[in-house]
Order: sequence, then C-alpha cells, then structure tokens
Amino acid sequence: MTIVYDDQDGQAAGVDVPVRRIKFTINGEKKIAEVEPRLLLAHLIRRGLALTGTHMGCDTTNCGACTVLVDGRPVKSCTMLAVQADGHEISTVEGLATASELHPLQEGFKEEHGLQCGFCTPGMMMAAKALLDANPDPTEEDVRWALSGNLCRCTGYQNIVKSVLWAAAKLRSEGA
Amino acid sequence: MYPSRFRYEAPRSLAEAIGLLHDGGDDAKVLAGGQSLVPLMKLRFASPQLVVDINNVPGLDYHRADPDGTLRIGALCRHVDLERSDLLKSSQPTMASAAPLIADPIVRNRGTLVGSLCHADPQGDWASVVLALGGSVMARGPRGMRAIPMAGFVTGPFQNVLDPDEIAVEAVIPAATGTRSGGYLKLERRVGDFATVGVAVALETSGETVTKAGIALTGVGGSTIAATEAAGALTGRPLTPDSIAQAADLAAQAARPRTDHRGSAEYKRHMVHTFVVRLLTPTDTVLAGTGQERAA
Amino acid sequence: MSQALDEIKIGGLGASRKRVEDNRFIRGKGNYTDDITLPGMLHMEILRSPLAHARINSIDASKAWDIPGVRLVLTGEMMATRNLAWMPTLSYDTQAVLATDKVRFQGQEVACVVADDPYIAKDACEAIEVEYEPLPVIVNPQQAVAEGAAVIRDDKEGQENNVIFDWEVGDGAGTARAFEQADVISKLKLHYPRSHPSPIECCGSIADFNRATSKLTVYMTTQAPHIIRAAVALVAELPEHMIRIISPDIGGGFGNKVPVYPGYVCSILASILLERPVKWIEDKTGNLISTGFARDIYLDGEMALRRDGKILAVRMHCDSDHGAFFSDAQPSKFKIGLLHSAFAAYDIPVAHLTARGTYSNKAPGGVAYRCSFRVTEAMFFQERMMQAAADDLGLDQAEFRRMNFVKDEDFPHRTPFGFLTDSGQYAKCLDVGLKAIGYEEFRRQQASARERGRLLGLGISTMTEPLGAGNSREYDILGIKMFDSAELKVHMTGKAIVRTGARTQGQGHETTWAQIVSHELGIPAEDVVVEEGDTDTAPFGMGTYASRSTPVAGAAVAMVSRKIRAKARKLAAHLLEVSEEDVEWELGRFYVRSAPDRGVTIQECAMAAYSNMPDGMEPGLENTAYYDPPNLTWPFAVYIVTVEVDPTTGVWDVLTTVAVDDCGVRINPMIVEGQIMGGLTEAYAMANMQFITFDAEGNCVGANYMDYLLPTAWETPGFELHSEVVTPCPHHPIGAKGIGECAAVGGPAAFVNAVMDALSGTGVRNIDMPLLPDRVWEAITYRRDVSGAPPVRSDD
Repeated sequence: MTIVYDDQDGQAAGVDVPVRRIKFTINGEKKIAEVEPRLLLAHLIRRGLALTGTHMGCDTTNCGACTVLVDGRPVKSCTMLAVQADGHEISTVEGLATASELHPLQEGFKEEHGLQCGFCTPGMMMAAKALLDANPDPTEEDVRWALSGNLCRCTGYQNIVKSVLWAAAKLRSEGA
Repeated sequence: MYPSRFRYEAPRSLAEAIGLLHDGGDDAKVLAGGQSLVPLMKLRFASPQLVVDINNVPGLDYHRADPDGTLRIGALCRHVDLERSDLLKSSQPTMASAAPLIADPIVRNRGTLVGSLCHADPQGDWASVVLALGGSVMARGPRGMRAIPMAGFVTGPFQNVLDPDEIAVEAVIPAATGTRSGGYLKLERRVGDFATVGVAVALETSGETVTKAGIALTGVGGSTIAATEAAGALTGRPLTPDSIAQAADLAAQAARPRTDHRGSAEYKRHMVHTFVVRLLTPTDTVLAGTGQERAA
Repeated sequence: MSQALDEIKIGGLGASRKRVEDNRFIRGKGNYTDDITLPGMLHMEILRSPLAHARINSIDASKAWDIPGVRLVLTGEMMATRNLAWMPTLSYDTQAVLATDKVRFQGQEVACVVADDPYIAKDACEAIEVEYEPLPVIVNPQQAVAEGAAVIRDDKEGQENNVIFDWEVGDGAGTARAFEQADVISKLKLHYPRSHPSPIECCGSIADFNRATSKLTVYMTTQAPHIIRAAVALVAELPEHMIRIISPDIGGGFGNKVPVYPGYVCSILASILLERPVKWIEDKTGNLISTGFARDIYLDGEMALRRDGKILAVRMHCDSDHGAFFSDAQPSKFKIGLLHSAFAAYDIPVAHLTARGTYSNKAPGGVAYRCSFRVTEAMFFQERMMQAAADDLGLDQAEFRRMNFVKDEDFPHRTPFGFLTDSGQYAKCLDVGLKAIGYEEFRRQQASARERGRLLGLGISTMTEPLGAGNSREYDILGIKMFDSAELKVHMTGKAIVRTGARTQGQGHETTWAQIVSHELGIPAEDVVVEEGDTDTAPFGMGTYASRSTPVAGAAVAMVSRKIRAKARKLAAHLLEVSEEDVEWELGRFYVRSAPDRGVTIQECAMAAYSNMPDGMEPGLENTAYYDPPNLTWPFAVYIVTVEVDPTTGVWDVLTTVAVDDCGVRINPMIVEGQIMGGLTEAYAMANMQFITFDAEGNCVGANYMDYLLPTAWETPGFELHSEVVTPCPHHPIGAKGIGECAAVGGPAAFVNAVMDALSGTGVRNIDMPLLPDRVWEAITYRRDVSGAPPVRSDD
C-alpha cells in the first residue's frame, strides 16, 4: 500500500496530521486502521472500509440513517468518533445476510414493502435487529418505540412495522 | 458536519484522565457518551484542542443503591441502562418516568446522565430530575473529591462549576426517608425534540403528609429552574386540591419562559401549571398524545 | 390445449409483485451518489452566507488556499470571468451560482473549496473571510410590496420592485355577477406555510470532465436527467452529445431533486478546471436552507352560495413567496403552477383566480414536495373553504360536498378554470369513506363526548388533481414539451429490457414498468429488466415528479409494447403460415382463430425476429415510443380523519385515518398503497409539526432536523386504505391514473378540518398549519384564529 503526498518545498504536505491506530471487528472480520481522531465512525465505515450501506442523512444526530450496531447496541455512527471503535465490534447492514441466506429482517422488508427509496432502510434494519435480539415478540407499539430514532420520508412507517413483525414471527418459528 | 482537528487521548484510569485535563488547560473536553459534544463539534460550535475520552476507564458504568438507599449513578451509566432499570422502576418514580423521554432510543444507548448534567443544556431533562430530587454531582480532580449540590452545579447555559481539571464521576440521589412518588412530564413535539416544557416532581410522603418535595422546570428559563416556593407549598401537609393548586401557581410564577417558535411565554407558563397539576393528581384521562406527553 | 397464462402469476397488471429494487437496498448495496468513488476524486464544500441580504464588500480566500490538500477555491468573481456567476432557471429567471454583488438569502452559496478530502475542504471554507454590509431584509410578500421596500433583484435590468408576476385565469366579470346573486358569501384567508420536501438523502453530484475525450459525465441526484443535460449544455456551453448525466439510486426526491443547484454547476466547473472528478455532497443544513422549498403562499378566497348549499362561484387571490430567484420547475404557461385546479371536483359554473408572485430574502423555490405543481395548495384551500362554507350554511360536511360533486355521468367535465376532468365516481368514494369511518356513530360519540368536556373532531377532505403533465398544446418547461418515452428491446430468447425517460426515486419503476410489459406481451415480469437515469442510454424524457410517470412514461411503456406486439403478430403469422387477419392474441401467445391449438408464444416470435423473418421484414424486435398525453389524468380521493384534542394542552391525537383513493387501474396495488401511506404521513407532518420560518432579520428556523420536525414512527398514525372504487382513465392506454402525490395533496386538510371540527363551538375559523399544541391552545383559550407560521418572536 503506497500513499503519495504533494511535495511542498521538500516537505510532504499534510503528512504531519497525527493519526491513531485502532483495532476493531467489522461484521466479524478483524481490522486495523489508522485514523485521524476527528474522523467520524460513519466515514470510517463508508470510506475507509468501503461499506456504503450505512448512509448519512443529517447533521444533528436525528435521522438514524447511519445506525450500526456497536457491541450489539444500535448507535448513530455519525455521532461516534472512529477512534472510539477501538476494541469494539461493529455490525453493519452488510453483515446481516450470510453467504447463502438473507436475514429474516431483510426478507420481511421485501415481503411487506417496508422500503421505497431504500435510504433509511439499513438504519431501520439495524435498529430493528437490536430490538428483536432483546425482545423476540414485540407489539406494534414496541416496534414504533424502538424505531423512533430513525426517520423515513417515503413509507409512512406502517409497512416498516409490518416488516419487523414479519421478521419477528419468522425468527420465532425458526426457533431462533 | 466535519469537526475541526483536535488531539485525542483515551486514558485507562481516572488519574490519567485528570492528569491530561490538568495539562490540557482550558480547552480540553471530556468525552463520555458524546451525544451532546460530538454534534456540537460537527457543527463547529465547539472546537476543543484536546478531547479526553473516558469510555475506557473501568468501573464507571454502574447505577446502584447503597444499603441506606442512596442512589449512585456512575459517569458511564447510559440513559438506556436507566430506562431498563428495575431498581429505578421500583424505587425512583421521577427518574423512571424521565428515562424513556431522553432524546431517542438510539441516542440513549450512548448518552450518559452525568454527561447530560455536565453539558448543562437549559433544555436537558435530567437536570430537572436531579434538581427536584435534591441530588448532587461528585467531582474528582487533582485536589481530591468534592460533592457539588445540583442546585449550585449549573451557572448558566452550557456552563457548570467544574474546574477545567475536574471530572464528574458520579451523580448522587440522596436516600428517601418517606415513600417516593412523582414523575416527569415533557411536552415534546416529537420523539427526540427538546422539551418545549418539562416538569419534574419528586415527593416523599410519610402517611398522608408530604415530608419532602422538589419541583424543577425544563425549558422555561436560561437554565433549569428549581421551583422551591412551589415545592415548599406542598411540604408538611397532605396533598389536597388546594395545595396542588398553590404549588402549580407558584411553579408557573417561577418559570421564566421566552416566546419563540415553540410557543408563547404564556402558553409555556400554562403548561408548567398543567404539568404540576397532572403530576400531583392521579388521572386516567390524560391524553396519550402522539409522543408529546407521557405520564408516569 | 395450452393453458392461458395467469396474468397475476406472471406479474402483470394488478399483481402485488415484490420489488426488484429491494434486492440491492436490503443488502446495503444501493448505489447512491455519495456511494460512488471515482479514481482521483476530489471533494467540494460550499461556504454559505450567514446573512439574508447584504452587500459583499470583499472575499479573502488566501488562508484557504494555504491549507495543505486544498486544490481550488472558487468565488463569484472567478465564476463571473467565465460567465458562470449566474445561470438561467427553469422559470425564465436567473439565479446566482456564487454570489457576486450581494447575498440575497441566508445560506446562499458564496464560495466553494475543492480539496483532497471533505474535512479539509470544510477547514478551508472556515478560513475564507468575507466582509458583508447588511441590507434591509424582506421575509414575506407583504413586506416585498410595501412602500419603499428594498429591491432584491437589482441585478435584473428593469426590475424596479419585488414583483415577479401577476397572473389571472377564469371569468372575473361573470364571477362578480354570480356573487351578486349569492344568499351567503363565505370567506377564508390562510397561509400555507413554508415547508421542505427534505428527502433523507441530500443533493449532490460527482462531475467528471475527461480532457482526453472532452466528455463530461455527471453523477447527480436528479429526478430529471435529460432536463439537466439540456441545462448543463446551456450553462456550461458544452455540446449536448458530450454531456452524460447519470442519475444513480436516489434516496427520495419529492421534487427537491428537480432544480439545477449551484453546487452542481460549481462541481462541473471545478472538474473542468482541475481535470479530476469532483464530488459535492451537501449537508442537511445546506439542503434545508438553500434548495427548493415548498408552498409559502397566502390564499384569500370567497365562495358565493345559495342557501340550499349550491356553490354559485368561487374567487381566489394568491400571494406566493418565491424567495430570491424564480426557479420553480413547472409548466411555463402557468406562473402559479396548477393552482387553478382548485375546486375541480365540484360543479361550479364560474370562478376567478388572481395570483401575484414576489421575491424575498429566502431560498428560491416554491414548487416541490409532492405538490403536483401547486395542487397541494389548491386542494388544501378548497377543502378548508368547503369546511368553512358548510359551517356558515349550517350544513353537514359530507352532504355539502356530495351535493356539489361533479356527477359520474357528467364526465368529461370542463372546470371553470378550463381543465377537463376525465372520469370519476366521487359520491361512491365518499360513501365508502363515510362507512369506513363510521360517520353516523362518530357524530353521536362526538356529541356525547362534548357533554363531558372532551373534544372529538372529524375532518373530510376530497381532491381530484391533474396528473401527468402534459399535453404539448399547453405544457412545456423552458419550451420543451412534456412528453415521455420508453424503449423496449426484446432479445432472442424472449427476455427484454425497457428503458424510459423517467427516473424513479422510490416509486418502484423497476418493478412496475416490467408489469406493464408483462400485461401487454405476456412476458413474465421477471424476464424484463428496467433501466432509467443514464442520458446516454435512456430515451429522452422529462423525468419523474408531479406524479407524471405512470400517466406519461407508463403510457409510453404500454405503447411501445404494443408496437412490439404488432410486429410480433406479423412474425406469428409467418411462423403459423397464415395471414395476419387469421391471427388472434391471448396473453403471451398468438394462435390461429380457426385452430386455437395452433399457436406460437411471444418468445418464439422473438427468436423468429432474429432467425426466421418473413421476406422484407427488418430483423430484430426493438422499438421506442414517445407519448404526448392527450390530457391529464384525474384520480380522486376522499380522506377522513378523526381526532381528539386536549383543550388544556392543545395536543391532538389522531384516532383513525381513512383513505379512499380512486386512481384507476393499479399496476401494483402494494406499491400504490405505499405511495398513499407516504403521502398521508407527509400530510400529517405538515398539519402537525413541520414548518420553516424566518425572523425579521431573515434568519431561518428549520434549517436542521432539530428545528424542522419530521414525525417518527411513534407519532405517525396508522392508516386504513380503501381501493374498492376503480374508475379507469378513459384516455390512458392501461386505464391508470397518477397516484404518488394524492395523499399529500388531499391529506393535510383532512387533519386540519378534523381539529377545527373538534373546536367548533369556540368560534375559531382557522388555525394555520402547523397545528402545534401552543397554537391550538391559543385558539381554544382565546377563541381566536391563529394565522401565519410560528413566528420567531422574542419578548425581551
């Protein structure tokens, strides 16, 4: 891996920016990265790791399109520094499916038309996954409450709720 | 949404953290949950030179009751831990009532109560709760540990009395001598909104008599308001429609709301009054509201 | 005897086919603009004005240039030397790309920086020093036309005030006469507050000018790639065939992604200058404060009524606030969009509408957010006026509407403003809605609840709207007619690809266009792939907005499929060795009329097109259709909402929402319902919490998601949808009508009418949206109207 800097009168421009080495796991894979402290976790995921399924939709920590799981808990990755991922496990939408199977949440969103433009969908699914991990038999109210940190402009939420309940039912029937 | 550059340290002990703050001077910030600090940094409303991340300091992510009933909440106790806490549900009605109303469910996974108190946002909910309960903040610095009563902790919007090299390590809620009751009502236009108006009521009763009362107001002044006179109107006697009405009037008078896009000063004062009455009067006709008002 | 194909099974019309596009979105493999990386790509950030109206005295970018990693700093002055500081808008005005003489709204683009990484670009923006000299600020139409008001557009020769246009339609004299005959005149004034489509994904572009090939490729969040290609050709003075606009996956459009924004232009110039790809992705504040907002219009109207409830005439005046530049994307003939579609569902003999548009120190826009070209404003005013009139007459809300509806047998119906509505069963929709909401029972409950001090309310809203702009006689944008297109290629194995000039942003075209092909040709929908968005490959179209795609592009898909079928019929005759007149068609198959067992499938015809053509026939099975719609399509809907209002707090809760939508033939019922629910949510949001407002200095409140409130899953109510009433469009090839915006158009009045109904008895006639708790409380407590958007007042 070669990084090339501009030569500014014999000095490499920009090379003095201190970076920090971090170790973390992403979707089960161990990684080491060198990041500036100010790099947001969302940007490490999208640019450093080229996992673009996690989206950025606002600047005030409201929309939740950037939701990932950190040690199994939903976190808005735009409001966490990449350096804070050191020593932790991150799960993104790309880690939901196995090599051969979609996660029931992914199936549910397709079955119940829980997405239209798809932009909020990864964040919704990650938040929903954490809900179902903790509560395998949620009510509609439980689902709406758990997703109230994720905004959607397209669907009106009703089908998103149905998608999550579909997935919950499937997971229960699989004895998961 | 890109913060400016800063130096970052992730100490593994309180002593190390305090040392870093001491050397870092005025322009260092402690990072715990980051759900208030990082957004400010992204908008460049805050550009600290040094960020001291205390998430790797062990032994701070607790909340527990001492044998005498004193409740201690560590600096890394997250909002969600309090929301799910059986301890709070069984013994701390005001806190249990407020916990689900902080920000939104995802932010609650990272944000901390102690961090929220330190951030001193006039529209922060926990400050009213802790104030109404007569709580305090434990601060540790190079000169040792000190207890700072909540009433004196905040000096203005986003300003607290901590020295630059002090870290708030714990919030303390004193043990109750009577039976606790109370709650927190928040008028928010949607989940995640700051309070248009928030009211925390914390009572202790012995038999019919109110032995201790605290009322604090969110969003109706330059910082959280302790409605001391209103609380005083309840103490030493049973709760009656008269005492409730008196407390509500006094609380409304203590509010210093501004007219803005959330509503007129008059409306906010009226909502303070309404919330005090509703928190003190059990009722089953409270409108559930679309996320805008939830009772204990 | 071969089995006839089951159209639902193969994914034809009426199949709730699961969506093709979902496959990539659920895996996080969407391809949105910000997901794309090109080799050598640089990043651009924009510096925006903090002031709403100010002269620029100086810009010093020297410190920005000094930051390592900064490649380019562009200012208005630099743009001006290339004749790019100003650009034409889609409404025949001009708009600043980067400010030169003045800034004219808070958030206006002043400079931009291109750097190796967006963090550095932002650092450099912060290092640019601008000296401003504040000027008086205008934030509404009343101020704009006041005596001595500052002229905002002093850059325009001959512009001596802040008026953009005066427009009128209808019969002023006839309407005045009708008013003289009225028993009762109802009046209503309201402000439809400023709102913003705010899709979750912000706008952005990646401009890539290749010096070696002279080709400019731009990836862009655009709902109308061909319009953009034409605009870029004009603005950048590059030959149109050397411009390729690619609209990748779009995270929501709602009209926000139709205009040409300064950021796109700057990224293009930067790429040309630097000969590297330049990516610009705005942040949410940039999106809310500077891109195409919606609404912000003042409506003042009167209705002339006969005592028995018959409407004799309507007159309306509208003052619309367009911001600092008139940049709406709308049919050029209609300055105030299709506002004059108001009252189209009612049989009113005569009407008159006047409109005045003005400039203000706010971002440019007005036509956006599922508005169907201002039909949201038209229908909102209509139904608020209907409510007020019924109250004034003491008539039942439902019966007042019913008696004035255009009757089923009266279609096509000419409205007093000149539209021709095509079809409908309005009364039936109303019946379905009233039954679903339990109308009689609710009124009983409402009465008895009132006795106990509880305020229940029911609101009705109906709408019909002109969708599918539009016929070339009347509709154009910048002179380009508003047809649309579809190209269909059937491969030799009978699989196919269809491309259109539309651009889906969540409406499901990849799924639904294939269903139309399936319906026309009997090819299973899963054998048809759909592509849109690349101007190098897609046939020319005017894009997707204003619910025009099913009416126009969808029609084109049907028409091109029929062209294919006509050729396939010839091939079938050849294969069956009969004459064409003896060939019959059933789904997917041609057969001999006199010997039905003898037939060939469409797939066999496709193979024959490449391997066994009759003499004289051109090989291949591919074609293109351009569709100039003969008329607009007119879906109809009834929305009924019940609420409870807490008089002590002003908080209101939705009890039930019923939607009865008649949009003709539904290609994919599941997708149609998704569109309706999305529209209802936006209706609820506008009625309940969403707004953008300005203080006296022009500071914008609502430029981030803390202030611009979108409802979450917790607040948003559930919806009960009805699809029993289906009135096919008489002129659309598959009988479909538009639907994407209907619920956003008709929904808000249902929520507002419900709250106002709960308040009846207080004498309050109107509360302008949003009906936030403090506004409802003020109305109830003081028994007075609450007008205007929430002001940013301060009382110290």
